Amino acid sequence: MAEYQTFEHDVLIIGAGGAGLRAAIEASASGCSVGLVCKSLLGKAHTVMAEGGIAAALANVDDRDNWRVHFSDTMRGGQYLNNWRMAEIHAREAPERVRELEAWGAVFDRTDDGRILQRNFGGHRYPRLAHVGDRTGLELIRTLQDFGIHQGIDVHMECTVTRLLKDGSRVCGAFAYDRERGRFRVFRAKAVVMATGGVGRAFKISSNSWEYTGDGHVLAYEVGAELIDMEFIQFHPTGMVWPPSVRGILVTEGVRGEGGILLNKDRRRFMFDNIPENYRDQTADNAEEGWRYTQGDKNARRPPELLTRDHTARCIVSEIKEGRGSPHGGVYLDIAWIREKLPNAEEHIRRKLPSMYHQFKQLADIDITREPMEVGPTTHYIMGGIHVDADTQMSTVAGLFASGECASGINGANRLGGNSLSDLLVLGRRAGEYAARFAREHGHGSLDEVEVEKSARRTLAPFERNGGTQGSGENPYAIQSDLQELMQDNVGIVRNEDEMERALEQIGRLKDRNEQVVATGNREFNPGWHTALDLPNLLTVSEAITRSALERKESRGAQFREDFPEQDPEFGKVNIVVQRGSEGEMKVRRLPIPEMPDELKAIIEEIG
Amino acid sequence: MSDTATFKIWRGNSDGGEFESYEIGISEGMVVLDAVIQIQAETAPDLACRWNCKAGKCGSCSAEINGMPCLMCMTRLNNLPLVRPVTIEPIKTFPLIKDLITDVSWNYRVKKRIKPFKPRPPDSPDGTWRVSQEDIDRVQEFRKCIECFLCQDVCHVLRNHQLHDEFIGPRQLVYIAALEMHPLDTEDRLEELKDAYGVGYCNITKCCTNVCPEEIKITDNAIIPLKERVVDEYYDPVAKLLRRFKRRSPD
Repeated sequence: MAEYQTFEHDVLIIGAGGAGLRAAIEASASGCSVGLVCKSLLGKAHTVMAEGGIAAALANVDDRDNWRVHFSDTMRGGQYLNNWRMAEIHAREAPERVRELEAWGAVFDRTDDGRILQRNFGGHRYPRLAHVGDRTGLELIRTLQDFGIHQGIDVHMECTVTRLLKDGSRVCGAFAYDRERGRFRVFRAKAVVMATGGVGRAFKISSNSWEYTGDGHVLAYEVGAELIDMEFIQFHPTGMVWPPSVRGILVTEGVRGEGGILLNKDRRRFMFDNIPENYRDQTADNAEEGWRYTQGDKNARRPPELLTRDHTARCIVSEIKEGRGSPHGGVYLDIAWIREKLPNAEEHIRRKLPSMYHQFKQLADIDITREPMEVGPTTHYIMGGIHVDADTQMSTVAGLFASGECASGINGANRLGGNSLSDLLVLGRRAGEYAARFAREHGHGSLDEVEVEKSARRTLAPFERNGGTQGSGENPYAIQSDLQELMQDNVGIVRNEDEMERALEQIGRLKDRNEQVVATGNREFNPGWHTALDLPNLLTVSEAITRSALERKESRGAQFREDFPEQDPEFGKVNIVVQRGSEGEMKVRRLPIPEMPDELKAIIEEIG
Repeated sequence: MSDTATFKIWRGNSDGGEFESYEIGISEGMVVLDAVIQIQAETAPDLACRWNCKAGKCGSCSAEINGMPCLMCMTRLNNLPLVRPVTIEPIKTFPLIKDLITDVSWNYRVKKRIKPFKPRPPDSPDGTWRVSQEDIDRVQEFRKCIECFLCQDVCHVLRNHQLHDEFIGPRQLVYIAALEMHPLDTEDRLEELKDAYGVGYCNITKCCTNVCPEEIKITDNAIIPLKERVVDEYYDPVAKLLRRFKRRSPD
């Protein structure tokens, strides 16, 4: 029998980024006992990498803004595959969540009359992002953390969940190990909230850390939950490209919000060349108008650099493919040019983009107030995830909730920048509220000892293979790196059927190799072992992405298929769903999108 | 830059350990964290280290590189003398767990003891406040803190004298400064600053400021003003007299 320690909570929250913390605070406020599990130390989650801001129609900078415009922008950005109810809730509730953050101590940049300042961002019609320079995510997570530690939440730091436990059809707990000593923990809970973030480690060029291996997606999938929209991976248009060791690190969209422009090797501003039809009316047709927009001229339309991320990333890729890229395989992002426009430009840049200034200075020897940056697309976010109810955030499995990046619905085929931080506040709060309600209405389920024992064996398997000696078996890092290469090359920004079929076949082979994966050393803080345990998740999630992308035979939002380069209206009516079959096989099907109610249709018709 | 470099990394746990040498191929622009990750992937999969963002924003990968406390992700190899091995050790102020990992949980426990933010009532009926940018600039400096705990690592009160029970360290003083100077905050933390938090232990050697990767002027902008507030409150005879007078006055 495996040894383990048991913890009991009304609500267990897995993941302690913005969504997990916000859910924990809400569940705790309603009187539940709450356990919060995080893979790293508290406050280190990927939320800190969100730089630009929180999208909320506060209308502090432009009084024409309101939730209806935010709703309509979100739907348009997501190419109307979004769950419209979720997009509505998000747009309606985001301002209240931002104000609440201020009441908990967040210190946002201010307007001249002392209110929360808002900045421009891609796909948002008006300046909408509440921000703190370019470190908004840090401000958000620190505020939630510092508030949350006084709410009676039990935090389990450096603890990884490897299995959800079920009692019949409902979830009743989780199996985990602590990283420090490698000991097992069993959590009993009346409701479980997944808030584990994304899958960025499935790709070679990524802004994500080692943590983002699709744990929440796969834990939920394994207990029967549906995943939707998994084909939609957001490649952020601007990641660093040079030097090689920093490739993929995020360069905030805030650079473009502050007036930064994209240039090819001939220093030509190529974004004007290709403006999608459905954004033409909202987009400037000359440089001067674009600049006026970034400076707050309400009569100007936004520059093409602030088109949605999917489009901008594709424009950059085609510029590079056609031989007009920068020396290290990117394009130029220039904010230094605003010196022509502003007398105190250098100070302004350092003030509005301090961490970008610091990052380029220290990692690339580039002074962004004087020289352009070299940038290219980087894997940043997955729109797809656990299929949840819009109002309650409950998945298709009873007692299992999800919010933040690992949940799906609000973003459709493409997420607008800034909508992630507001999503995790709005829907994180709802997940906590409804998980607490579920916990009040249901008792603890009973624990299946056989399942616990199986989980323990599975977790220790990498040590036991081949006697666990170095040199025999498969190195987990090698498999991970092969997978990253495979996904990057075959299921990346530009996709086609042949490459994806090949990728599926290769994923199968990697799964076989993964059966031989070996961990050396002992159970104390052993990253090789941890990597081996993350691998099955990464492989499953890669398969889900690939199968969904194959099923969607069209180009829409973040998915570009060169074999189906056009949008197909039929695919505009469905989400792609992935679910585990009874034999353990991955089943893919199309799920019709429910018809939008007339009042929401009217908003879209009116606002466009 | 040469094509290979040698890294001497501390391997061991609380029972003891030793430096082990690893020679690896290096490339342009590499940082120390790249080297550690490469060593994990190639030869030492159980080498323990923490990291997350790899961009100086999360404060996970603190270590002592050639004896200098810094973030591994922001330390470029081309700024180090690669003619000799680069030593990488865990930070020293906290108990060692394994290799480059220490038990920093004390910081989390201490922070929980600090009285939280308590805002004044909202300025406007819609529940919002009006604050000028000028008033928050100072606080925003402190809120840049990424909790890497390098300042705690070099603070001699903690590192050499191990006064963890009497002094909360520069990081937590920066946290208190952010609260105390927050334009909306109404809480009073001066008594704790003097007693439980031990602000008097700091003798302004500025070691913390020197290692802060966020370039927060910890000593000048956070600790000294807090010390001054404590002095004004408890040790200034004129203020003391005035307070007594105030207390006696009918309102």
